[in-house]
Amino acid sequence: MAKIELQKLVKEYGKTRAVHGIDLTIEDGEFVVFVGPSGCGKSTTLRMIAGLEDISGGNLLIGGEVVNQREPKQRNIAMVFQNYAIYPHMTVGQNIGFGLYTSKLSKAEKQKRIEETGKILGLEKLLDRRPAALSGGQRQRVAIGRAMVRDPAAFLFDEPLSNLDAQLRAQMRLEIKNLHRRLGTTIVYVTHDQVEAMTMADKIVVMRDGNILQVGTPTDLYENPVDVFTARFIGSPSMNMVEGTIAGGDLSIEGAGASGLGLPTHDGKVLVGVRPHDLVVGEFGGAGLSASGTVEAVEPLGSETLVHLALGKAQVIATAPGRVVPQIGSTVSVHAGTGSLYLFDAVSEKALGRA
Amino acid sequence: MTVTSTELKANSRDIRPGRIIAWTLLLIGGLIMITPLLFMFSTSLKTSGQVYDLRLIPAAPTFDNYIKVLGDGRFMQWFLNSTIIAVTVTISNVFFDSLVGYTLAKFEFRGRYFIFLAILSTLMIPTEMLVIPWYLMSSQLGWLNSYWGIMFPGMMTAFGTFLMKQFFEGVPNDFLEAARVDGLNEFTIWWKIAMPMVVPAISALAIFTFLGNWTAFFWPLIVTTSKELYTLPVGISSFSAEASIQWELIMTGAAIGTIPTLLVFLLLQRYIVRGVMLAGLKG
Repeated sequence: MAKIELQKLVKEYGKTRAVHGIDLTIEDGEFVVFVGPSGCGKSTTLRMIAGLEDISGGNLLIGGEVVNQREPKQRNIAMVFQNYAIYPHMTVGQNIGFGLYTSKLSKAEKQKRIEETGKILGLEKLLDRRPAALSGGQRQRVAIGRAMVRDPAAFLFDEPLSNLDAQLRAQMRLEIKNLHRRLGTTIVYVTHDQVEAMTMADKIVVMRDGNILQVGTPTDLYENPVDVFTARFIGSPSMNMVEGTIAGGDLSIEGAGASGLGLPTHDGKVLVGVRPHDLVVGEFGGAGLSASGTVEAVEPLGSETLVHLALGKAQVIATAPGRVVPQIGSTVSVHAGTGSLYLFDAVSEKALGRA
Repeated sequence: MTVTSTELKANSRDIRPGRIIAWTLLLIGGLIMITPLLFMFSTSLKTSGQVYDLRLIPAAPTFDNYIKVLGDGRFMQWFLNSTIIAVTVTISNVFFDSLVGYTLAKFEFRGRYFIFLAILSTLMIPTEMLVIPWYLMSSQLGWLNSYWGIMFPGMMTAFGTFLMKQFFEGVPNDFLEAARVDGLNEFTIWWKIAMPMVVPAISALAIFTFLGNWTAFFWPLIVTTSKELYTLPVGISSFSAEASIQWELIMTGAAIGTIPTLLVFLLLQRYIVRGVMLAGLKG
């Protein structure tokens, strides 16, 4: 068990700075997910925590001790890699047991731990198999098993589900989450998939260009994004953004009407964000945002249909509830109720509040 | 087993002109390569009087030559010398070439590229040019007429280092980093993780090195003066230096000498074609 603290952590490759002095505290037993687009510095940060990358500046503390200069093996952390990195020349049992290579446990104790780990991960009947004879999901479990068997202070996961198909990914998400609940060990998890972040994390860290943009619970980030990037990155499909202007306490948007909104005190151009699930197809008489647009594409999902609309100059995605599938080319009305609009400054792209 | 008409049709479709030409060329190539070996074996079964009778199947085959050669203590000594030298040099190459190749492939350090170029550049110098410096060196250090004198030039090779470096570059770093996180030191990572992943390359290197040293003639001939230290090729050639050329004995010695090379190849060649590395990665 360990608390991990990042204090002004910097990573430089020559003259290029990949991580810009980030601060973060990961509490003991927390499941923290680093999320962001490729090249945002999330994997680099994870590798610094693991000890696989030198730290260029700042401090890294694990369990209250500065570990900047410590080798990976001295940090008592375990890591699961994107490519599993299970050794092809060893059996499943040997792979899991390899996590105990430097352990001073007796042979019998090691074997017991391997068997226990295999049982927890449903690999008990596969311990004598080689990785080549396993499916992708089983290989990933072996990689997790190798990390688990050591009883480390923290688990580090580097995009571990990227190579699995959608169905297996969903299953493994749940398994990792359950494992965390069961073991209670600190987990730092890196992904570029916001669905993984939302479904697994106690706390999400959104990164971009080597900086942390926002830290919070999945609900926090979904409900109160601090800027346009986070707003669009969290949630699927991405939040719609249309240009608008606030003048004299009124919000005007080209091709749309807005009424009864509690607007923040701001005058000037704004970006108005609305999540596709809050922008609903159909007539509406109440306060909020109303508009009409031409249907350009539809994506029926069964329980609802995603409707792509041309709304003035903007392209937006709305939701048609039930099994209503609008005709392509037809004009439909959409509305979003009060409280579902997110306002951002058009220049700084920082959040102004909700309306 | 019965052959269905569909199978017959499929087989007949496979016999295309291009394929016939390819098979013919392969057959000719194979015959060119195997004919000397067949004559070697055939001659080893002939008496001295029949040596110049070029019939492939001897009129009266005899194993006398084998009994004579194997009963000659010198031959067995040369065989032993060659075995000791080829095995030692092979083990040394597999160890050192892999270690250096791994270091050059997987570690970032100042001068890495220069060192690699320096090693590679030695490939451009022909052995004949190196023999004099080797001899002078051996003479100064008292290595003439010793196992070490025969072995030292080949204990590590630029070719082996280059081969192993190229293969180690193909080993994904994730494996090594996973082992680092698991607490292994760098030597153990190389030995326990990286080496098993380049078994095909190790096999190839072992075969080349063993064959090269088993058949080495020029340098062992120069560096040895005592017949007890001759390697097999040098020893066999000495059959021709005596009163008359005893082809039947030379061919018998050569036939026996091919056995270890065949064994090494048969033992190791399956590893060359077995690509184990990717099995542990994403499927």
